[in-house]
Amino acid sequence: MTNAVFTGLMLGGMYALIAMGLTLQYGVARIMNLSYGEFLVAAAFASYWLFTGWALNPLIGLALVIPLGFGASYILYRILLTPLVRRARTRDALEVDSILATFGMMFIVQGIMLAMFGGAYFSYSFLAIPVNLFGEILALNRLIAFGLAVAVGLALYLALTRTRLGTAIRAVAADPAAAQLVAIDVVRISAFSFALGGALVAAAGVLISMFLTFSASSGVIFTMKALIVVVMGGVGNLLGCLIAGLALGLSESLVATFIDPGLTLAVNFALFLGVLLVKPAGLFGRAQR
Amino acid sequence: MVSSVARFAAGLLAVTSAAIFAADGPALAQSSVKIGYALSRTGPNAGGAAVTTLPNYEMWVKEVNAAGGLKLGDKRVPIEVVQYDDRSSAEEAARALERLITQDKVDFILPPWGTGLNLAVGPILNKAGYPHLAATAVTDRAPELAKRWPNSFWLLGTSAGAANTLVDLLVKLRGEGKIGDTVAMVSVADGFGIDLSGAARPALTKANFKLAYDKAYPVGTQDLSPIVNEIKALNPDVFIAFSYPPDTLGITEQARIAGFNPKIFCTGVGTAFPLFMQKFGANAEGVMGIGGWNGDSAPIKDYLARHKAASPNGAEPDRWASAVTYASLQMLQQAIERVGKIDREAVIKDLQTETFDTVIGKVKFENNLPTKYWWVGQWQGGEFYGVGPATNEGARAPIIPKPAWKAE
Repeated sequence: MTNAVFTGLMLGGMYALIAMGLTLQYGVARIMNLSYGEFLVAAAFASYWLFTGWALNPLIGLALVIPLGFGASYILYRILLTPLVRRARTRDALEVDSILATFGMMFIVQGIMLAMFGGAYFSYSFLAIPVNLFGEILALNRLIAFGLAVAVGLALYLALTRTRLGTAIRAVAADPAAAQLVAIDVVRISAFSFALGGALVAAAGVLISMFLTFSASSGVIFTMKALIVVVMGGVGNLLGCLIAGLALGLSESLVATFIDPGLTLAVNFALFLGVLLVKPAGLFGRAQR
Repeated sequence: MVSSVARFAAGLLAVTSAAIFAADGPALAQSSVKIGYALSRTGPNAGGAAVTTLPNYEMWVKEVNAAGGLKLGDKRVPIEVVQYDDRSSAEEAARALERLITQDKVDFILPPWGTGLNLAVGPILNKAGYPHLAATAVTDRAPELAKRWPNSFWLLGTSAGAANTLVDLLVKLRGEGKIGDTVAMVSVADGFGIDLSGAARPALTKANFKLAYDKAYPVGTQDLSPIVNEIKALNPDVFIAFSYPPDTLGITEQARIAGFNPKIFCTGVGTAFPLFMQKFGANAEGVMGIGGWNGDSAPIKDYLARHKAASPNGAEPDRWASAVTYASLQMLQQAIERVGKIDREAVIKDLQTETFDTVIGKVKFENNLPTKYWWVGQWQGGEFYGVGPATNEGARAPIIPKPAWKAE
């Protein structure tokens, strides 16, 4: 039982980690980024390349990859997405446009990775060391990813609720038109949030590359998973992301252990559906007018 | 702002067309042999195609052309390649092949990667009368398909063959007192896992093995530790996973971390990949898996060296379908050269009846199926040797029990 709970928590932490960047990009910047998973895989490749080519510890690699993810996302938003933001009359229109644009982006990023690394599977071993925690054996790399997910989730949650910039970000998420009235530079805040999401997805990519096998075409799996977590937790809410991720991970692990591993997907979607039926805006989401 | 949309659309188009790697150039009669193929360059099948199929196709074309081309009669004619991306979709593969046949008018077609796509393109190749050397398809319908489509050859055999070979090996080891009765089996809930576990289940029961665990997990499951932990608690002698590459690596990693070390640890697709050795190093020792080859034979050693030299990053072939894929190309070449002209019907006839000298040894089809397969392999001293069927030439004796996992 404890083992199932632990593995479930760690899996859930990974889901939350994967989804936190998307909740910022979708919740605040209103960009439904379909190329999200590709960016995650790109970060995983970067980490792989640093680790195998330069023998660089992925945890140190984070220091390189995170700013890179931030910068790349910022530039992407400024060049590719700002024109879309400007011409969009409503937020719904922006969502549709961003879906189309990032759908194209997905192929470009995937194509670049295919050209650079080929289509094969990639995997490396890092910190795949058993750790004994309360009598249960867990993998150190997954434990680290879980710890960072919780730390980052809580830190960002506090930053968003306790700081001025965080309040501005939440204001933009809640109502961009009204936010302008209180002298918030909506475009800048949106760009910053999108880039912050990019930094988070880069961190997630590096961390999961320590224990998951990936290939240039595996991005879509992560986009889907992230989307489920984001919608279930409430779009734009980091705490919701964490809770939803953990709930999904726990349910998956408990079902796999006590009922049947074949039912994990069914339970995931049942949980997702159940939450949306009771709270259509997600666990922590507020219904839009 | 319309301009930016147009720019974007243009960019999209450029990417899409770049995904189609059509070689151009006029096709003058007999000045070249046009060979076409559609492979999964993108999508979920890309990982398999990039390891097993594409490097062999490219290497073979390069080698043949370096020698001046295919020998037709008394002159050599270089190969010209037309290739497409089937995006891992059966519809796309069918469309690409139709195009290769009707528009590009290629002389021969090399098959796609994987069981599903080979089944999907079977009728098209049959109708158009092209030889179909399916080197990466495992299906129980192989004998039936070979009969229905006499132009098709199924080089990897049937899942029942794989499961029965494995069970035969287990029976033999139990007879020698090396393993006990309990078996834990887990499989991916997809074509390969369903077929293999479906064939292994009755075979294990018939051989009086106790199936302590027998469950399936969905494709793309990202954490297999609940399964491994549960199986570890059951303490079976034999662990079998009919898994896909990412799961194969995940299960092995988790087993190592949890210290689950049964006497036989056997995983599915991906165990024979060079990536497996890269990732696990000395810990791969004793791990069994599907596939294998005669690693001691000179032609295989030579093939391995050439494959490494031919790939841009020195990539090694996998130890299952790679050599079979290359052998299928050698067979096609030998058949074409024996016929001496582009006569597909005669080439099919030649494939059906003649004996071929390949990297995997002499191959002669019986009812369009080879008579020998490697089904069970084991990592021994950094090479994945075939251990089953034990009657195959070059079969090694398995190392039982599997050595303990080493700490990092």
